[in-house]
Amino acid sequence: MMKHLRSIDELGRDGLMRLLDLTHHMVEVNHRPVPKVPALRGRTVVSLFFEDSTRTRLSFETAAKRLSADTMTFSVSTSSVNKGESLRDTVETISDMGIDAFVVRHKSTGIPWQISEWTNASVVNAGDGWHQHPTQALVDCFTVREALGKERFDGLTLTIVGDIMHSRVARSNIAAFSMLGARVVLVAPPTLLPPDVSHWPVEVSYRLDDVLARTDILYMLRLQSERMSQGHVPNLREYAETYGLDAVRAAKLPPHAVLMHPGPMNRGVEMLVDPSLLPNSLIHKQVANGVAVRMAVLFDLLAGESSAAGLAQAAS
Amino acid sequence: MSNIVMSADDVRRAVTRIAHEILERQRGGAQLVLVGLQRGGAWLADSIGAAIDAIEPAARVPVGYIDVSMHRDDIGLRPVVPGAISRIDFAVDGVTVVLVDDVLYTGRTVRAALEGINTYGRPRSVQLAVLVDRGHRELPIRPDYVGKNLPTHMDDDVRATADGVTVEGKPR
Repeated sequence: MMKHLRSIDELGRDGLMRLLDLTHHMVEVNHRPVPKVPALRGRTVVSLFFEDSTRTRLSFETAAKRLSADTMTFSVSTSSVNKGESLRDTVETISDMGIDAFVVRHKSTGIPWQISEWTNASVVNAGDGWHQHPTQALVDCFTVREALGKERFDGLTLTIVGDIMHSRVARSNIAAFSMLGARVVLVAPPTLLPPDVSHWPVEVSYRLDDVLARTDILYMLRLQSERMSQGHVPNLREYAETYGLDAVRAAKLPPHAVLMHPGPMNRGVEMLVDPSLLPNSLIHKQVANGVAVRMAVLFDLLAGESSAAGLAQAAS
Repeated sequence: MSNIVMSADDVRRAVTRIAHEILERQRGGAQLVLVGLQRGGAWLADSIGAAIDAIEPAARVPVGYIDVSMHRDDIGLRPVVPGAISRIDFAVDGVTVVLVDDVLYTGRTVRAALEGINTYGRPRSVQLAVLVDRGHRELPIRPDYVGKNLPTHMDDDVRATADGVTVEGKPR
């Protein structure tokens, strides 16, 4: 039971294992003819997205509904933010309506921590800038756990390829997979690596071809097109040739290796083969598991005793 | 102090009797399924299922398990930790479901299970089999098959396994 989920480090290894175990229950609920349980009846979850998202926002809202929570969606384009309302005023206004959790995505690092200072509700980080995206890491760990049938990842090598510097998915996955015992290798051009990764539990390589043969989990990141104009890569074709996954590279992977991508995918840039043609692609599983993982997160946050304390407080 | 109220042999005999009663009321095992409540009812559902198999091998009564923690009415009042994962890999539409639990007490777990079963389908009827009915019901729920009626104090601790049933009372 936790109050907030803002980063993988805050969750810790015990919390990570607890949420992954709980996700198995939610997968079972999702397989029922009526995939809905009353666990969070009467709770309200607000999605507060200041950045675009398809799968994260929809999977959180589906997760809340399958647990019978009420949902509200805040979309910046139709809100009073356009009249100059500050983030703090927005959060406090929504809080006053009596809500139980905020699911927050924002372009700035640390916003979920800031918001949790302004509200008594639980805060879930659905992506803050380049910093953290803990539920994506939970999805990825659960997907690997299911695919390989292992609870711990000791002896496995996770290779993350692409724009590490700007990737909150990479930061959360480095923390989560190494907590579960995996070795993490980062592959990227020097311009797309953070200036100093010496304090991260990782190994760095600039050549994808060197590490494919010892990779168990190949994680391709999206190359955001705006990075090119910022001079991080000379051009997309060169990036694709050096760091893209084509059929020749896919053939160098060990036969048991699995392929992952957080979406949305840039076909022809980091992904030069159709991943649905590769036997060990987990990309569709990642999306499918997204709802169950987020159900586990919301259940863990909102089904605990904290709300009972709130009831007792209200009654006294 | 701890009192043994049923021995392993008593439990075995009660399980066999319940299996006979279920088959008698159903006139055989057609359109019958057993669903044990996680976790205490799981072993009992297995035992009753095995006893039914021994009596009427042709019946082939399927056994499933349901975890009701997501359907409880006390979520938020105390920490809810789901036990084992539900597994019902047969259709429950139109059949008789016998819910199986070790100890019947307030009836709240059974209420949660009744609601939970409905997320799998619409049974023709639902019945309840328990090894021990210890009283103190808080809801209008009664068992159809009972191993033993056991008057208890509310703060007694009743434990029921295949090895027997014990009651641990607080000193009064």
